[in-house]
Amino acid sequence: MSVLEVRGVTVGLGGRTVLRDIDLTLDLGDLTGLIGPNGAGKTTLLRSILGLVRVASGRVLVDGRPVRPRRSTVGYVPQRHEFAWDFPISVENAVMTGRTGRIGLLRRPGVEDWRAVAAALERVGMTDLARRPVGELSGGQRQRVLVARALALQPRVLLLDEPFTGLDLPTQELLTGLFQELAGEDKAVLMTTHDLLGALDTCTRIALLNRTIVADAPPSELLDPEPWMRAFGVGESSPLLKILKVM
Amino acid sequence: MSISEFLADLTNPDLAFLPKALLIAVMSSVVCGVVGCYVVLRGMAFIGDAVAHAVFPGLAVAFVLQGSLVVGGAVAGVVTAVLVAVFSQNRRIKEDSVIGVFYVASFALGVVIISQAPGYAGSLQQFLFGSITGVPDEDLYTAAVTGLLLLAAVLLLHQQFVTVSLDRELARAVGLRVFWLDIALYVLVTVAIVISVRTIGNILVLALLVTPAATARLLTDRLGVMMLLAPAIGGSGAVVGLYLSWSYDLPVGGSIVLVLAGVFLAAWTFAPRHGLLARRWRRGGLEENPAPAGAV
Ligand SMILES: Nc1ncnc2c1ncn2[C@@H]1O[C@H](COP(=O)(O)OP(=O)(O)OP(=O)(O)O)[C@@H](O)[C@H]1O
Ligand SMILES: [Mg+2]
Repeated sequence: MSVLEVRGVTVGLGGRTVLRDIDLTLDLGDLTGLIGPNGAGKTTLLRSILGLVRVASGRVLVDGRPVRPRRSTVGYVPQRHEFAWDFPISVENAVMTGRTGRIGLLRRPGVEDWRAVAAALERVGMTDLARRPVGELSGGQRQRVLVARALALQPRVLLLDEPFTGLDLPTQELLTGLFQELAGEDKAVLMTTHDLLGALDTCTRIALLNRTIVADAPPSELLDPEPWMRAFGVGESSPLLKILKVM
Repeated sequence: MSISEFLADLTNPDLAFLPKALLIAVMSSVVCGVVGCYVVLRGMAFIGDAVAHAVFPGLAVAFVLQGSLVVGGAVAGVVTAVLVAVFSQNRRIKEDSVIGVFYVASFALGVVIISQAPGYAGSLQQFLFGSITGVPDEDLYTAAVTGLLLLAAVLLLHQQFVTVSLDRELARAVGLRVFWLDIALYVLVTVAIVISVRTIGNILVLALLVTPAATARLLTDRLGVMMLLAPAIGGSGAVVGLYLSWSYDLPVGGSIVLVLAGVFLAAWTFAPRHGLLARRWRRGGLEENPAPAGAV
């Protein structure tokens, strides 16, 4: 069942068209890899789904309705470097900030909010570290805090922006496992990544993006080099295409 | 001068300005200490500096027209704070240069305005370095009421401020009005400065905002504790500083700021986890850090 629909979205930034006529549908249970070169517009696409950039034309529907940030059921995991890791705050309080919009102005977190935070921490396996200052966490733990912060909203759609940057392989595998499980729990997960091999191996769908959606299919149907050459603007001899032969 | 003599002077009806000065110095430090935590954590000390300078023409106008200094300073400061917020939304502009030009100019404007008042050298001195004499009662009440309102606003907006400070991108994604929260924070900083500027002085007030909060940051990794420690440090620093100033006939703003700086240096050296000695000690000893066995 489709939970997120992006229909004909075009976005201009600084006078240039960054995204052109994007169509993308996310189904519950899908773990979709959004893949494209630097500057392809991956982050911009996630931000336009969230309503953070003005869409020149087209629309984004979640559960058939336009997105409203405050009521939204879209969880967002921005890139790790956006976060002030030197801030003196515990893991649980950092996760709570995911609910600030829902808690609303002039109010403080209530019982239900703390319950949601505890459940989110449990889900990512960080319950034991709930009171640790965020500055004392490893890269993988930090990433899990960000995922928990998104889960604290109990979202049906989860958007992850390059969750694996700077993490070692075992950590990537653990997180991938987590994302697969989340997709299995009646969520649609969309993640941008530069790890092509990992994405081909674990995602249920791959969307190739370069200003527009070049291809959108299960990995098994994407073994033809042609769409990859178009998305990345490389020739037939590019080492990138060797990955496809491995699959 | 001994402590008991100081206490005697505080209760001496002929020296009625002294307890008032103490009261306003402590209130200023407490308010600045709380707001200063956000200033330090967001690395926006430059805003404090800018606002402190920009408040000056407002004070000068109020002084020349014999109006309320608090009101004059607040108007100038809030206008400035809003302008800063507007300028710094566009992160492509190097805001520090804009601010540098703009605020030194407004400071200059203040100097020119105040030169129109009779006996201006003396009043300029007061504005720049603070003074404990002649605090009118109404200023005391204004400061107390605004201070309480400010603390209430901090309490109510704390969760929002933390969310924005931690991650602006996520704050937007969960529907916070980041721009308005920035303005609110800048206005709070301004109010804290305006309350304090008369006793501490225009140039030194930045220290009241930054030093206690920075000291508290060295002593704890918990925001809640930090926001209690900073006003406590600031308040005590004000008492000790005023005592020293009164005993040795030193300028009050300078004494308070030097006391606070001393406390900061002590914390920087001796703080249990982040202090110089603690770090040395740890580097010398064994790091207790178990190998990450499949731990993410
Ligand atoms: N605020 C902005 N103003 C103007 N142009 C922008 C802005 N933000 C991004 N762009 C441009 O939009 C294009 C897409 O950027 P985006 O960050 O979405 O790419 P990306 O696919 O996420 O790249 P990366 O892999 O490097 O993260 C880039 O060409 C970038 O220069
Ligand atoms: Mg990106």
